[in-house]
Amino acid sequence: MTFHTRILIYLKEGVLDTQGKTVAKSLTDSGYSNLRNARVGKYIQLWIDADSREKAYEEADRMCDDLLVNELIEDYSIEVEEQ
Amino acid sequence: MHTAVVIFPGSNCDRDVIHAVSEITGSVVVPVWHKDTAIPTSTDLVIIPGGFSYGDYLRCGAMAARSPIMASVKKHASQGKLVLGICNGFQILTESKLLPGAMLANKTLTFICKQCFLKVEKTDIPFTLKYKNDQIVQFPIAHHEGLYFLPQDSLREIEQNGQVVFRYCTSSGEISEDGNSNGSLNNIAGIVNRQGNVLGLMPHPERASERIMGGTDGALMWNSIKTWIDREGA
Repeated sequence: MTFHTRILIYLKEGVLDTQGKTVAKSLTDSGYSNLRNARVGKYIQLWIDADSREKAYEEADRMCDDLLVNELIEDYSIEVEEQ
Repeated sequence: MHTAVVIFPGSNCDRDVIHAVSEITGSVVVPVWHKDTAIPTSTDLVIIPGGFSYGDYLRCGAMAARSPIMASVKKHASQGKLVLGICNGFQILTESKLLPGAMLANKTLTFICKQCFLKVEKTDIPFTLKYKNDQIVQFPIAHHEGLYFLPQDSLREIEQNGQVVFRYCTSSGEISEDGNSNGSLNNIAGIVNRQGNVLGLMPHPERASERIMGGTDGALMWNSIKTWIDREGA
């Protein structure tokens, strides 16, 4: 089975997100006065062959550990969906 | 003195550093391709040069840190031999966990290419022994992701251990926001590991090694390393 895996990577709380700040300022300046905060991250899609949803999740998690995420500055979440 | 310069797809300061090191020290300098699995056994110093390895995709230095050659760079470092990462090379050293920290986008969100002043705060390591304590030097910087970051507790730790070697400053040596164009925490421009044999810095000493380049402050780094190697018989 192939699983469509979506990984969201974002800077940890407390890590200066200059892009997020700049985007927020631009939106506020454009009149969106109800905007409280903006943070900018990365969205990675992976298609993984695995026997089960759990196995696909584990594999994606390992990939995050090995390369996709720098745990010093980033947090991430994984969503898995059977194709 | 034998030097190896590791080249990744996208490295672009390799020739500059090969020229500077061989010209100043007379060292034999060998380029090593990132897919090689070994650096020459006679190597005293490994340099990871600046550039945009793997197009800076994902995170600067992330893919290069996982290149085949890096296992032997780590082995070289674990034997107490010298490793120097400049600019993208510094990013690669943090991504390989040879040095603590991570680099974020400059506070300006722009690529900064300019001369900057640095204070040399540590001169008891092979890379800086020819500098005077608190000497102000001028090296250029050229990067987009150079804001040095570490969580507060780890930052305190490297400060307490005296691992900060270079700090951005003003022309008069003041450590302030004015001199800190990329916004690095504690104005950090370069750090060393605890053992003192792995140094990373964002500014480019190889671009400040000859008078024709506008300054020779960087030449002292190559002379420091040569002096140390000659003395240690490494």
